[in-house]
Amino acid sequence: MRNRAVETGPFWPRDLGWHPPAHTPGYKTSVLRSPKKALISLPSSLGDVNGPAFGHNMLGEKDDDLILNFAKSGQSAIGERIIVHGYVLDERGRPVPETLVEIWQANAGGRYRHVKDGYLAPLDPNFGGFGRTLTDGAGYYAFRTIRPGPYPWPNNVNDWRPAHIHFSVFGSGFAQRLITQMYFEGDPHIALCPIVNTISDPEAIDQLTARLDMENTIPMDARAWRFDITLRGRRSTLFENRMDGN
Amino acid sequence: MNPFANRRKESASQTAGPYVHIGCTPNFIGNSGVYGEDLGARMVNDRTKGERITVTGRVMDGAGTPLRDALVEIWQADAQGLYNSPSEMRGVADAQFAGWGRQPADAETGAFSFDTVKPGRVPFVDGRPQAPHIGLWIVARGINLGLHTRMYFGDEAAANAEDPVLGRIEHKVRVPTLIAPRDGDTYRFDIHLQGERETVFFDI
Repeated sequence: MRNRAVETGPFWPRDLGWHPPAHTPGYKTSVLRSPKKALISLPSSLGDVNGPAFGHNMLGEKDDDLILNFAKSGQSAIGERIIVHGYVLDERGRPVPETLVEIWQANAGGRYRHVKDGYLAPLDPNFGGFGRTLTDGAGYYAFRTIRPGPYPWPNNVNDWRPAHIHFSVFGSGFAQRLITQMYFEGDPHIALCPIVNTISDPEAIDQLTARLDMENTIPMDARAWRFDITLRGRRSTLFENRMDGN
Repeated sequence: MNPFANRRKESASQTAGPYVHIGCTPNFIGNSGVYGEDLGARMVNDRTKGERITVTGRVMDGAGTPLRDALVEIWQADAQGLYNSPSEMRGVADAQFAGWGRQPADAETGAFSFDTVKPGRVPFVDGRPQAPHIGLWIVARGINLGLHTRMYFGDEAAANAEDPVLGRIEHKVRVPTLIAPRDGDTYRFDIHLQGERETVFFDI
């Protein structure tokens, strides 16, 4: 089914200064949940460069359509109708094909469908807030959903999350596993958010900020937002001595 | 195509947050009816080859409190030491064994539990055999970048003693944080994010 060579090369080292550090006191929960000792760096071994693959047969017809996938027949989720789409690429700019992308989010009022979310905003009976899809051969993915609302959270007494969608992406190797969040261009809460600001480089934050995409907006129906995701890149394996059993 | 023309930076990680279950294990929190079952919930079936084991534990914070909102994923070789992955070049893994599993911490106790098989040995990058091990990836509210670690087996002392990864850990006193003691068919693997018993985490 795959029409391209499988990837087996070792990963480039992760740029840990680009990612948020473990200990970020502005985001209070990280304080007791952050390792204090140095990570032990290892060369990529077999269980890091390979990873699980998922097939289309596990996907339901509406898994990628959050407007409908939890809705009663003939009904749909309340909120601004949007399409979130883009490419999953690696650091070399190559597409990551056939990889699983899972998303979850609050509803239009900023409330999650979760027993632990007690925010005042009501649940939408037609909105579950989760979806999944596989990228195509070019690394492209698309979801239809509603724009989530911002919401308050207990950190400092008046912290609000910018509107965001959580993304979980697999890639072709377990060491590429990534969970991140997508923000919306123009949201003034981005700059104020202690979770966003665990990232120190403004360019890294900008990369997590989706752009309004009028070219793919469906007139009179749904606006499009473009969000590309980059996973770790691999070294080519030219001129390498392959040891026995490897 | 010029392979150097399109360099990009990896998307920065953000915490999985307290509601990771909505996206990753919706049935676990009662949001059922969309996905048939939670992905990664079942790793083995009746036809899976190998010794059945259970891996259980908790993820503890720096105050010794178990995380009740953590999500743990594991990735391991089958009983023959082969990965069920398109990138596995050494042979064909047991098609009845997923190799990958995902379990949420229990909302009350914080315990996670995987029913799996004991993996075979897999060579390290230099060809030396590694001791049997399971790769783990831990995410939760308050964890900004998913944490990679490994679980080794308490009843594999000889293999553990020659394992090239355990051998790279300078402070030998920390090696036991990666070794799960066996009790019947169950291996107990508690993960400590901080403190005296802080688990060894890897940058891989």
